[in-house]
Amino acid sequence: MRIQDPHSEWWARRRNSRALAAIALAAALAAALPAASAADDGGLLPARARELAYLVRQDCGSCHGMTLKGGLGAPLLPEILAGKHEDALAAIILDGMPGTPMPPWRPLLTEAEAAWIVRALKEGLP
Amino acid sequence: MKTWMRIIAVIVGLVPAAVAADGVRGTGDLGIVVERAAGSIQIVETTGRTSLGRVTGLGDLSHATAVFSRDGRHAYVFGRDGGLSKVDLLLARIEKRIIQAGNSIGGAISQDGALIAVANYEPGGVRVFDARTLEAVADIPAVWGEGGARSKVVGLVDLPGQRFAFTLYDAGEIWIADLADPKTPALVKHRGIGKLPYDGLVTPDGRYYLAGLFGEDGVALLDLWKPEEGVRRILGDYGRGAEKLPVYKMPHLRGWAKAGDLVFLPAIGRHEVLVVDARSWAEVARIPVHGQPVFVMARPDGRQVWVNFAHPLNDTVQVIDAARLKVVHAFKPGKAVLHMEFTPRGEQVWISVRDEDRVDVFDTRDFRRLASLPADKPSGILFAARAHRIGL
Repeated sequence: MRIQDPHSEWWARRRNSRALAAIALAAALAAALPAASAADDGGLLPARARELAYLVRQDCGSCHGMTLKGGLGAPLLPEILAGKHEDALAAIILDGMPGTPMPPWRPLLTEAEAAWIVRALKEGLP
Repeated sequence: MKTWMRIIAVIVGLVPAAVAADGVRGTGDLGIVVERAAGSIQIVETTGRTSLGRVTGLGDLSHATAVFSRDGRHAYVFGRDGGLSKVDLLLARIEKRIIQAGNSIGGAISQDGALIAVANYEPGGVRVFDARTLEAVADIPAVWGEGGARSKVVGLVDLPGQRFAFTLYDAGEIWIADLADPKTPALVKHRGIGKLPYDGLVTPDGRYYLAGLFGEDGVALLDLWKPEEGVRRILGDYGRGAEKLPVYKMPHLRGWAKAGDLVFLPAIGRHEVLVVDARSWAEVARIPVHGQPVFVMARPDGRQVWVNFAHPLNDTVQVIDAARLKVVHAFKPGKAVLHMEFTPRGEQVWISVRDEDRVDVFDTRDFRRLASLPADKPSGILFAARAHRIGL
């Protein structure tokens, strides 16, 4: 058993490690920026693409539905997204939709990853 | 007869779970674990902490929940795809299943156990069914405003007096439906309760209905003993205009938020649990926590409040001491902790860890892990003892 006080040293260490993670994420984001405009798959490794597909189904799915047919959030099926501009959709993922529960994913996803998700949704998620 | 029942029990695999010599068992220690991606549930028992069997073919169970018949024999499982399934817990089989809407979010059972109400996103509204046969009884379209638009419905709960309360997400309204005459529900509508109410709860005594707001600070409160006073706002300025943190999963409210005279609620866009005094409804404390709270659940005795968190901090669970209003324990069950459920008297808590395909059972006194059960992407864990609780 480990009783934790929120102000204990353990929590201070956690906060530090989260700050480091944020710096690392920012660095990764900066590094990924040139890749966003580059290749078809945004240069994503297959393992990362699998993680993103899982994220979309399981976690985006908590609002958009695991089958992406919608819930509290809008449906994200290919026929719904057809004709919508990829950059606009990627911007919604990265910056959210103010006034709705759609949060900005920029703290968690690179631009290349958002672009990959948009393409995957339009084609039908694997 | 005895032999016949024992054969059935063997077939459905119920025998290891301490079945009495006569082959008959109760359901007071049973429950279900939702396997969201597989469209199945496991039937579990909390005395020996084992799984008794699996029921498949329940459709899309992402965001599934269930209520229980008053005799504890059946679970009514609500699926995302509008499926309503009546599952026999003892025979581990679907007794009846209907698709009642296109997209649904949850449901409730009436005070007398005779009616099942389902909250739907598409078409927005509430549909009511006979609990025995699942035949349609009433339809309550959530029509609001001028143009006849329908609102998504959230926070559907049962109330004393054969009533239901629910909240219109798009409209910002709370409706009370009286089903004394089941075929012609009498509606009372409370309008203008606030922007984007995301879920609702009724306190365990059935007196207060609360709807949490996403679109602005605060919680809408309706005193059902004094409905003429209308809806008022509590916790109206907890954000105080500060920039909100992103919310990567919508919090959930239910009647287990009350611990003694205090109600514990998730803040929206702040990594805090808000505490209000249920006599005055004044804010008592804000407890800093690990992330955006999703479930804030009081142990049945009210001394502890367990909290899980939204993506990406969803590997952690924290425990608040309700006497000191401080986090006293934190641990990491694993990636994607989706739900927690206490046994009826609170000595165990069952926790679903989706990405690890596990349900873990913990002792709530010393936080030891008592058992771990394999489960396929588990989400909701719901115990049959909910049958006897108002609002669950």
